[in-house]
Amino acid sequence: MTDTTTKTKPSGHTYEPVDGRLLDVEDLHVEFHTEEGVARAINGVSFHLDQGESLAILGESGSGKSVTAQAIMGILDMPPAVIPQGSIRYCGQDLLTMPDEQRRHVRGPEISIIFQDALSSLNPVFPVGWQIAEMFRTHRGMNKSDALDQAVRLMERVQIPAARDRVKAYPHQFSGGMRQRIMIAMAIALDPAVLIADEPTTALDVTVQAQIMSLLQELQEERQMGLILITHDLGVVADVADRIAVMYAGRLVEKANVDELYASPAHPYTRGLLESIPRLDQKGQTLAAIGGLPPNLMRIPPGCAFNPRCRMARDVCRTDVPPLREVAPGRLSACHFAEEVLDA
Amino acid sequence: MSKYVVRRLLQMIPVILGTMFLIFAMVFALPGDPTAGKCGERPCSEAYIAKYYEENNLNDPLPLRYVKYLGQVAQGDLGENQYEVPVAQDLEQRYQVTGKLALMAVGFEVVIGIAAGILSGMRKGRFVDNLVLVSTLVVISIPIFVIGAVGQYFLGVRLGWFPVTVSGDATVYQLLLPAMVLGSLSIAYVARLTRTNLSENLRSDYVRTATAKGLTRSRTVGLHALRNSMIPVVTFVGYDFGALLGGAIVTERIFNIQGVGGYIFRGIQTRDGVAVVGAVTALVIVYLFVNLLVDLLYGFLDPRISHD
Repeated sequence: MTDTTTKTKPSGHTYEPVDGRLLDVEDLHVEFHTEEGVARAINGVSFHLDQGESLAILGESGSGKSVTAQAIMGILDMPPAVIPQGSIRYCGQDLLTMPDEQRRHVRGPEISIIFQDALSSLNPVFPVGWQIAEMFRTHRGMNKSDALDQAVRLMERVQIPAARDRVKAYPHQFSGGMRQRIMIAMAIALDPAVLIADEPTTALDVTVQAQIMSLLQELQEERQMGLILITHDLGVVADVADRIAVMYAGRLVEKANVDELYASPAHPYTRGLLESIPRLDQKGQTLAAIGGLPPNLMRIPPGCAFNPRCRMARDVCRTDVPPLREVAPGRLSACHFAEEVLDA
Repeated sequence: MSKYVVRRLLQMIPVILGTMFLIFAMVFALPGDPTAGKCGERPCSEAYIAKYYEENNLNDPLPLRYVKYLGQVAQGDLGENQYEVPVAQDLEQRYQVTGKLALMAVGFEVVIGIAAGILSGMRKGRFVDNLVLVSTLVVISIPIFVIGAVGQYFLGVRLGWFPVTVSGDATVYQLLLPAMVLGSLSIAYVARLTRTNLSENLRSDYVRTATAKGLTRSRTVGLHALRNSMIPVVTFVGYDFGALLGGAIVTERIFNIQGVGGYIFRGIQTRDGVAVVGAVTALVIVYLFVNLLVDLLYGFLDPRISHD
């Protein structure tokens, strides 16, 4: 049975990474033009992703992390979204200037995405196997039964019990964790070079969260994918990610390796996030929280966007936007007083 | 599934018996003498009246008459109308016309309504969308006898594109204009229903997933979004088809169509009780079966609905 399926297995990708570099996002801006005004969701974000690497993008809701993911995938609704500036290069090719049809062939075989809510992200009226098989039928021109065989193989790979019997079941007949596994199976179907996981565990129970994260990690190592993990949950990040980029109000405020960032944050916002993780050894104490609310993206405060919520804010923070600069070897922070934060 | 169908079929029995009794009681509660028009200008003779009452069980109390009528219907006999033509034969003829007309009207609803709905749903707020919204609003606001008469005059009499009236044969060509008129209101509803559902589904998460899978735009819209948008539309069209099979009195009158609607109407006007009860009973049964079909179809379209 597997003999027939391996023959049609894809041989490789259309694009080859340059020096192991998969993605290069540079000075990306995204705005949403609405009737109430212009919301500046992303204001100059730059980062890169190499083969086999995991990058976590961390931030509160509204920080622009999901918009970044959607901009890379090319699934923003435009309008209202506008990308006035920046470039997203995949293997050296700028995705933003690529013709639509060419870019469509990138989605799925080259870059794919897992969404947060698998129940609403899967089509309720089609069987799950059919939805996975659609990847092979669209991009590989496979016939129905071969594609379904591939779907079964993938469902087995993501550890769905009795995959062959359940290939014709509908999304509502699965549990939350199983549905997310189906999403993952669909996303990895064509062996993409880049996998974006947009809050993949937020809608799940804690025990299921751990299973899904270890599955993702396993698949990433097995296939040497570049993984972008988008989350607001610091606990999820620690085991999986190599590097972390922290986002606030559409800007990157800190970039560092996971261990270093956890050991000593270089931005007051990151420090606030770390302090707000509940800890077992501090029983009975009030949980530290970052006061205030994230800014309205239509009226981002002048200077550092975090200044109204920052305990360290001084006059310069209210007037000058701090650039993302190297504050220690391999440590980037967008804070005027990053050195003070680091030493604290 | 088959259990569900059997249960639904069994449920139909009390509904049919109940509605038949109600119609029966109402029709025979109407004032009037069934023999009044039987003997031309003169009153009928005592002997004739007595014989007529005896033959038609008119001396029995209502429940007994109902039971006797049921026994007759169970043998496939719906009785004779006042011209002594079997009601079943009349209905057979008229249902052919009404069925054809209803099918054609539903055809227009589905083809024109869904196409207009897709066009406007995909281009919300743009010119096509506004055109569809305004024209459907106009159609919804105008009573059907105005649309019928105006259509008949301009398209039939002035331009001569369509036959003005329908002959006894009721050919497809003759029924084109009436079917469009009859379906016009529902075309407007189907267009709006499709538009609202499609534009809503285009913003849904699973359409975003379909786009992220690198599917073509036509597959994303035409398959993923449209399949979900069709669930309420099919429900509406199905029930509308059931209603259309009950006849269309106004449209039938305008275009001289010999359909079920006009038959019932004339039956009520001339106190032809046997014809009315027979026709309405047939109508109730047809409507129940169409309803059952729609409910089954609904389950096929949306796997989340279970018929177990």
